[in-house]
Amino acid sequence: MQLARVIGTVVATVKTPGLEGVKLLVIQPLDRHLVPVGSQLVAADAVHMAGPGELVYFVAAREAAEAMPDRFVPVDHAIVGIVDAVRSLASDDPAEGPRPPATAQPATKSSPPRRARKAGRP
Amino acid sequence: MKLARVVGTVVSTINAPDFDGRTLLVCDLLDPSGRPSGGYMIAVDTVGAGAGETVLILDEGNSARQVLGAPGAPIRTVVVGIVDAVTGEEVSK
Repeated sequence: MQLARVIGTVVATVKTPGLEGVKLLVIQPLDRHLVPVGSQLVAADAVHMAGPGELVYFVAAREAAEAMPDRFVPVDHAIVGIVDAVRSLASDDPAEGPRPPATAQPATKSSPPRRARKAGRP
Repeated sequence: MKLARVVGTVVSTINAPDFDGRTLLVCDLLDPSGRPSGGYMIAVDTVGAGAGETVLILDEGNSARQVLGAPGAPIRTVVVGIVDAVTGEEVSK
């Protein structure tokens, strides 16, 4: 399974039997830091609730069809969950989710010099 | 099977029913010497693996469903072991 971002929908009126009512979404696979990796895919939505912009995880190969109501359908990628958060277990490697409030301190410190540099530019 | 290191978890409330109650681990794939080889996988935990542990990942659907005892589940990748050591003459340090 891999992470992906839903980036669009596919509308197809003529489909093979078994795919009626199956929502097809365009997804962009992501690495674990949520950076796009690889080419975009069309995946069936097995949770019926995914929409554009959402972070999801998908399963590939034969197991994608297992996620569908009819198990013998020509589906090779299926969205099987919507991600609430990716929690990194290493403290130095935050992927997504709430960050500790202590990290706000360096940001305020660095902003005055940034503004000064901008003002100094001709 | 593949060697990997557990680096995170995926929290999800809306998912396919077969995922209910299962822990999803984000695992960086490793080469036999323990260095990350680039990719990652989200795997269902079956052994209680924790942060930073080197694990054995199974990436095949029929075996995964057999391990989980869940026929028909859309699950292909499972953590099936916690690795203590990898040894061998060809394994570079």
